[in-house]
Amino acid sequence: MNNFSYTKANNVDQAIAELDGDIRNKIIAGGTNINDLLKYFITKADKLVDINSISENSIIRLDNGGVRLGALHTNADTAYDPIIEERYPLLSKAILAGASAQIRNMATNGGNLLQRTRCYYFYDINTPCNKRDPGSGCAAISGYNRIHAILGQNENCIAVFPSDMCVALAALNAVVNISGPNGNRVLAFAEFHRLPEDTPHIDNNLKHGEVITSIDLPEKGFQKNYSYLKLRDRSSYSFALVSVATAFEIENHTIKEARIALGGVAHKPWRVAEAENFLTDKKPNQENFSTAANMILEGAKGYEHNAFKIELARKAIIRNCFMALHPETQRPGAKPSL
Amino acid sequence: MKAEKTHLTSLKINGEDYHLELLPWMSLLDILREKIHLTGTKKGCDHGQCGACTVIVDGKRILSCLTLGVMKDGAEITTIEGVADGKKLHPVQQAFIDFDAFQCGYCTPGQICSAIGMLQEGKAATREEVQELMSGNLCRCGANKGIIDAIMKVKEGGYHE
Repeated sequence: MNNFSYTKANNVDQAIAELDGDIRNKIIAGGTNINDLLKYFITKADKLVDINSISENSIIRLDNGGVRLGALHTNADTAYDPIIEERYPLLSKAILAGASAQIRNMATNGGNLLQRTRCYYFYDINTPCNKRDPGSGCAAISGYNRIHAILGQNENCIAVFPSDMCVALAALNAVVNISGPNGNRVLAFAEFHRLPEDTPHIDNNLKHGEVITSIDLPEKGFQKNYSYLKLRDRSSYSFALVSVATAFEIENHTIKEARIALGGVAHKPWRVAEAENFLTDKKPNQENFSTAANMILEGAKGYEHNAFKIELARKAIIRNCFMALHPETQRPGAKPSL
Repeated sequence: MKAEKTHLTSLKINGEDYHLELLPWMSLLDILREKIHLTGTKKGCDHGQCGACTVIVDGKRILSCLTLGVMKDGAEITTIEGVADGKKLHPVQQAFIDFDAFQCGYCTPGQICSAIGMLQEGKAATREEVQELMSGNLCRCGANKGIIDAIMKVKEGGYHE
């Protein structure tokens, strides 16, 4: 780690003042990612602003029927909150599929959105990486790219965004509440994270000097038909090769609304509105799920070591659609019926 | 190079009060081992991937390698040195011995602190759930079966405090 100064902020305004819009001043909350990045000299800081004393640390019912997740509420406390378990079980399952119990006890909701890729080359400061060192190139494209992107990537960057929680938040149409020097603003979840384009070093649309204060969930939680499926190299404590968050509203054996978000495949949680619209007013069957999967994966491109993820994602989407019809497959230890 | 400003930080570690002048970048793990000389907590990967540094802070199991000491001013910390009751081992410690739950022993302090934290959290009902909620603690010797056996025995009331 480089040497940095440290200060505590007691409220959001103080945190924004301490950040002072300077990229070398960083927020620290749970610390699970930034401490690691500092140790590897990937992130350098002049000052860490500790925001753990700020009161944005609870789960609140909103007047519009939704629920507000405090940015400083931990991932574990969010996943196990009775309101989240009952009304947003998809979110609870996705959070519990990520990291380990210790990390979930530390990591905060705001920090989860801001975690950085686990691309091996991003973490290895001896290799080129446009995300870490803009303009230096991408070592992953011709390297060992097993965990890398198949959708939305380009020659600048094939890293994936690693969060599980955010895949569910994307599917649930969450909203991110942000405070900054110019006041408060709101970003739809789909607008929060970015594709690499020409600026792979910018992961998301939070500006320097801004902080996430909370994340709002709309009223609709899809409690009856949901499933989070995560496929990875070991069965726990590993990042997704492919994950899928699926939620349906079903009436009279017909899909009235569908949400399908993929994780582990792109620089942001991946949703395709055309596929979800296609499933609307359709029967929940193999043929329709297969067509939707093809629509979601249209344009997918693999590299030497990750081309398998295209077919893996196709099968995962279809399988998770069926699992969402039978949410009992979400019980711990339950074996999927397919 | 930044001026090395220290921060007066109060930690209650295994029931004892410490008032320490800490540099901001010192991890809780390094503070425990290098400043307090409680070397039971182990440095495995130092990057949050192995769980060897697990300690209990304000009742929750966390990774001390990814925690800055200055962030824990006022916290109560329990390390492996603080789980026994005098000379009487904690039930999880006794179960680890009885069920052959280690070989080299390097991951064991983290495994035991993690297991104690997990049992306090009360979220695991079945063996599969215990395995899942202990997945943050790696054992390179492969003593996992003994580890889970030991925890299940404690969980099922086979030991009394």
